[in-house]
Amino acid sequence: MIYLVRTLISGLSLGSIYALMALGYTMVYGVAKMLNFAHGDIIMVGAYSIIVAVSQAHLPPLAAVLISVAVCACLGVTVEFLAYRPLRQAPPLNVLITAIGVSYFLQNAALLVFGSEQKAFPAIVSFPSLSVGGVEIDGITLATLAVTAVIMASLTLFISKTRIGKAMRAVSEDKGAAELMGISVNRTITLTFAVGSALAAVASIFFGAAYVYVRPTTGAMPGIKAFTAAVFGGIGSIPGAMLGGIMLGIIEQFSKTYISTLWSDAIVFGVLVLILVVRPTGLLGRKLNEKV
Amino acid sequence: MDMNKSGRLVPYPSGAFIPERDLGNMPVLEARHLGIDFGGLTAVDDFSLTIGRTEIAGLIGPNGAGKTTVFNLLTNVYQPTRGNILVNGYSTAGKSTHQVSKMGIARTFQNIRLYSNLSVLDNVKVGLHNTLKESFFAAVTHGFGYGKAERVADSVALELLDFFSLADLAETAAGSLPYGAQRRLEIVRALATSPSILLLDEPAAGMNPSETAELMENIRRIRDNFHIAVLLIEHDMNLVMGICEGICVLNYGKIITKGTPDEIRSNPTVIEAYLGRKGASETC
Amino acid sequence: MKANLKNRLCSKNAVTLYFITALYLAVSILVYGGWASRHLSSMLISISCYIAMAVSLNLVVGMLGELSLGHAGFMSVGLFAGCLFSIYTVGTLPLIVRLPGAMLLGGSAAALAGLVVGLPALRLKGDYLAIVTLGCGEIIKNVITNLNITGGALGLNTSTIYSGTKTLLPYAIALVFITVLVMMNLKKSKHGRAIMAIRDNRIAAESNGVDVTYYKLVVFVLSAFFAGAAGAIYGHSFANVKAATFDYNMSIEVLVIVVLGGMGSINGAVIAAIALKALPELLRDISDYRMLVYSVLLILIMLLNSSPRFADMKGRWSIGAMYKMLRYGRKAAVETEVSHGHE
Repeated sequence: MIYLVRTLISGLSLGSIYALMALGYTMVYGVAKMLNFAHGDIIMVGAYSIIVAVSQAHLPPLAAVLISVAVCACLGVTVEFLAYRPLRQAPPLNVLITAIGVSYFLQNAALLVFGSEQKAFPAIVSFPSLSVGGVEIDGITLATLAVTAVIMASLTLFISKTRIGKAMRAVSEDKGAAELMGISVNRTITLTFAVGSALAAVASIFFGAAYVYVRPTTGAMPGIKAFTAAVFGGIGSIPGAMLGGIMLGIIEQFSKTYISTLWSDAIVFGVLVLILVVRPTGLLGRKLNEKV
Repeated sequence: MDMNKSGRLVPYPSGAFIPERDLGNMPVLEARHLGIDFGGLTAVDDFSLTIGRTEIAGLIGPNGAGKTTVFNLLTNVYQPTRGNILVNGYSTAGKSTHQVSKMGIARTFQNIRLYSNLSVLDNVKVGLHNTLKESFFAAVTHGFGYGKAERVADSVALELLDFFSLADLAETAAGSLPYGAQRRLEIVRALATSPSILLLDEPAAGMNPSETAELMENIRRIRDNFHIAVLLIEHDMNLVMGICEGICVLNYGKIITKGTPDEIRSNPTVIEAYLGRKGASETC
Repeated sequence: MKANLKNRLCSKNAVTLYFITALYLAVSILVYGGWASRHLSSMLISISCYIAMAVSLNLVVGMLGELSLGHAGFMSVGLFAGCLFSIYTVGTLPLIVRLPGAMLLGGSAAALAGLVVGLPALRLKGDYLAIVTLGCGEIIKNVITNLNITGGALGLNTSTIYSGTKTLLPYAIALVFITVLVMMNLKKSKHGRAIMAIRDNRIAAESNGVDVTYYKLVVFVLSAFFAGAAGAIYGHSFANVKAATFDYNMSIEVLVIVVLGGMGSINGAVIAAIALKALPELLRDISDYRMLVYSVLLILIMLLNSSPRFADMKGRWSIGAMYKMLRYGRKAAVETEVSHGHE
């Protein structure tokens, strides 16, 4: 029984990171209606920023985090401006291919700059661990969950209560109509990418804290899994991202523990395929009818 | 044979009205109590329509009345939640859109849906998809009946294009055609499927009076030459009153009334639907 | 009849085949005459396989208009199925039966995998379909790596069936020829038109009687078959093969080739495959920057594709346009204006 709870906790810790990553993904998809394949790599850039800031520039953790957030936000905005904005009217296939190109570019640029050996992520997150009925939940997991919950709540409030949030919802429904209502679609999407990428930076903090070693290619697979989580929960839905992330983490951990570590990737992707076939809109997503 | 002369509507056993000349033949389309709900919204309710074998019928109503939804129901793009449809006497229940197309319904779309990267000729040839006898093996080897099928496709497609004066543009990319030509191409492509009934969704949209007159002529030619029925959705009342023999008026997803152009023209409920109660009182 | 034959022999498709024949003729002379360097020899099989991969992926991406990110997975299935067959029959069957047998078996196994991947894909399109294919590619990689029969994580030892370029070249040529021929023929047929109609306007295609479900499956199965056959040959050119090589990165590589060649263009895929696989070997020094350049290329091509001025330019300078100019004269080439990139 205790084994089960431990696995659950591990799953929760894995899932919380996926949830945090998925939040950024889902935000961008919800508003700009495009899959930013490069999201995972922006997380990688965020992690490297912190590594450079702390290990090389010897800055205090808080400054490093702020720098990382700034770098990622700028990166996201630049990528949007250069690669995605010109393709706003293009068929989704082209946009997806471009996103893949951006992802690859970031990975290979990082490879050239930082080399392929792994670098250690500085221990900047220290949070006390909690003991519940004999089972210990480590500090990083708690911190990740707490931060994710706070971000989710603030995002939801932001989207529903503020003017900018309303603008984002409008752009998400109908870009043309939003533009006609005086909303600057360009600025709204830019802001979405900025926020989404800033979220990626936050995710990188906890990712780095949990996994310690960072490589240029570290972002790719988690990026895909984060996307899986977002779709699982219903892409475009913020609570869905959190739910999807946690569930995915639990499923992955359970399959690692009870079935085999070797098969866990296959199972996770198998779950993705199953979800998309059975319920394409995910757990909390809305069904969109195509206009004929 | 001038089909319009005997366009008098007479009662058909099911309670519908079809042109007198079609009385001896089974109606090409029979929709019975069609209905569909989207979530909580009932988009179409209790829609019943019978169309004679060579009838030109019109479906009119204010914007948002559900006319295109009816078309989508008739072609099983949406599966009706209530009611059923008979095409040439056969039920379309449970069939997918492409199967319904094989049964004899062809349609055009409100926002033109052409294969923009294919040539005009290829667009029509796609319409011929189910009439060509070309197996996959033949396609891949370019033998075993491929040559014959493609020759047939070429000649039929060119003939159809010629009917609408589009033959010169056969090799042009469909996406680069002028608007009027695109609309005509869509109709030609629909005709290529050898339908029993042609559904036209706002064929005159964006056309000036002379183009509309040409369209009216073309629709009559289609009916006279191919001996098929036509059901069109239109807002242009000149067109509707000019060629439709029977008109069905829709509002809020329900049929308000059905009848001949004269009956519809003077029907107060119809006028009210379009102009609102105040407008109706002012007209009367 | 005579005119028909003449048309066929002078058609654009025929020109492509002549071009490929000429290339392979030249290459064969070098290889069998002993003038080819080891370097060149070792590249040839690999390039041929990539050509087949690109042309088969073009069916999915260029003609059907859906993004498949798991193509390497099909190559992998074909590779292992074909090589296992080959390993088990290396003593009993002569080469001339064993290799085609391996290719057929590999292709069929991959086709089956294509069917399995295609089924969930039926209800999906666009981004979601892409991700499902990605997931399936990863699942295939995972499964093959974990099976004992395929050697597990250490990979399959193919030293018993390892064959040099001189042995494999005829089969590679046959593979490329058949793949290109099938795809070109398909494009000019009723089924090819149906597939492209689905790409251009799925809803209209359905209303024209095209069974979208059927064709989606056919496309996945067919493209997987050729990827698998290519994989089978590919495996014979190595002494050891691991499933991990055939991952997302390789799928992307093939995608880059298809995109670079112009989506939907078979000629383009062939040329791009040769260019992208041959050039890096010739420019060994910048191999570090290779993937970086690929990614920039990918982005640039996508950006250029969506700019109408470039599309116009591409139309006028495409191979199709040049061919028309040569055959029909300048005036005719300008008049007949079929959309770019689809020759």
